[in-house]
Amino acid sequence: MQDQPTPSEVIGAVAAFLKTVVTAQTTGATSFQARVAANALEMMRRQLDLAPAEDAAELERLKALLGHDGTLADLNAELARRIADGELDLATPGLSDHLWATTMAKLAVDQPTYAAYRAELAARDGGHS
Amino acid sequence: MSSPAESDLERGLSALAGRLAPGGAVANLRRLTAVATQEVWRFELVEGETQTPLILRRAPGGTRVSDTAIGLETEAALLEAAAAAGVPAPEVRYVLRPEDGLGHGFLMDFVEGETLGGRIVKSEELAGARTFLARQCGEVLARIHTMNPDDFPRLRRSTPAELVEQYRATYRASDWPRPVFELAFRWLDAHCPPPPEEMKLVHGDFRNGNLMIGPDGVRAVLDWEIAHVGDPMEDLGWICTSPWRFGRVDKPVGGFGEREDLWAGYEAAGGAPVKRDHALFWEVFGSMRWGVMCASMTAAFRGADPSVERAVIARRTSENEIDLLRLLAA
Repeated sequence: MQDQPTPSEVIGAVAAFLKTVVTAQTTGATSFQARVAANALEMMRRQLDLAPAEDAAELERLKALLGHDGTLADLNAELARRIADGELDLATPGLSDHLWATTMAKLAVDQPTYAAYRAELAARDGGHS
Repeated sequence: MSSPAESDLERGLSALAGRLAPGGAVANLRRLTAVATQEVWRFELVEGETQTPLILRRAPGGTRVSDTAIGLETEAALLEAAAAAGVPAPEVRYVLRPEDGLGHGFLMDFVEGETLGGRIVKSEELAGARTFLARQCGEVLARIHTMNPDDFPRLRRSTPAELVEQYRATYRASDWPRPVFELAFRWLDAHCPPPPEEMKLVHGDFRNGNLMIGPDGVRAVLDWEIAHVGDPMEDLGWICTSPWRFGRVDKPVGGFGEREDLWAGYEAAGGAPVKRDHALFWEVFGSMRWGVMCASMTAAFRGADPSVERAVIARRTSENEIDLLRLLAA
């Protein structure tokens, strides 16, 4: 068992350092890139925090959709191939819900402030989904 | 805080300034964008008492050119042809030559205004412009589509189906399964317009962020680097694609206007009648295209450009996945 503080906590602290100290004491491209770097670290922190549970849920949905066991990578590749071949489409029960859930989980890590994602979250809170 | 590369650039430009104007000198050289794929510099050309603000567009480091870009010499020629066609465009002052020692690029007039999409959709100063900007974009596009493609024989010519195949191949080369993209490609195959009756010169990146905007509207159309020849409707779809709405998802045209106004401006200025289903095709195509471009940044990040910026753009692929779901599986 590794020790504390956790990777997530340390990454958060480095991101805060870049965002508050480094951006303030640099200018131009360097300051901009420090902000980009801070955002990248915060994204990785969200992934460390959120991905285990989301990946497990995605795997369960894939097993149900495809009707057999497998790894997340293999089942995802199979789903992509079967959509490309036209075997599965939006009329397939569960496919639309699966794609939505998987995509929302990605956005929660990659870009939680993206306007389209916020709009979908708000619609879901409003009971539309 | 000038790097060795920057000193070389300043020396080269100063020598050039002397040739452009007797006794001409360069002042206040500064880089305007931090974008990895292009260098944009601003400086003042000093001739005695007069100072002329100029822009240098240059391949990164003077030499690196991406595979899809048309080359800066062609881009300069397009800007000149655009201006002649009545498209707002900065005047090209000089195209770099090998003997200048500055690589590939050109000098153009600096046009005052705003290019940052986030400010264009929000700024108080541009509130008036936002009321007519969508229509004006349509008018400008109609003029772009009068430019003669035969004057640019080296531009890539592609039918809609060929473009779908091109991006599908790029996506497949990334070797990373994306079920949402697969769904989008199926939809694009099923809804692909036939080859256009008339192939037009297509700007290819006409969107909020590549337009210089002032309170009077569009002052300059910039970034012609992925111009090509094809279906003119592509340009009308691309400016409506979600990433260029800068948070204003309810304003389809660039985050500032309505599709109907864009189309009306286009048709009133002599553009071909807009087929609504083709316009939707190009909007879906736009989300797929930007998604594939983002996804391909992973290879660029692992290859020639291991910058944090590349990595972060690669992670914007999922934005396009949600946009595609909103379009196709709402």
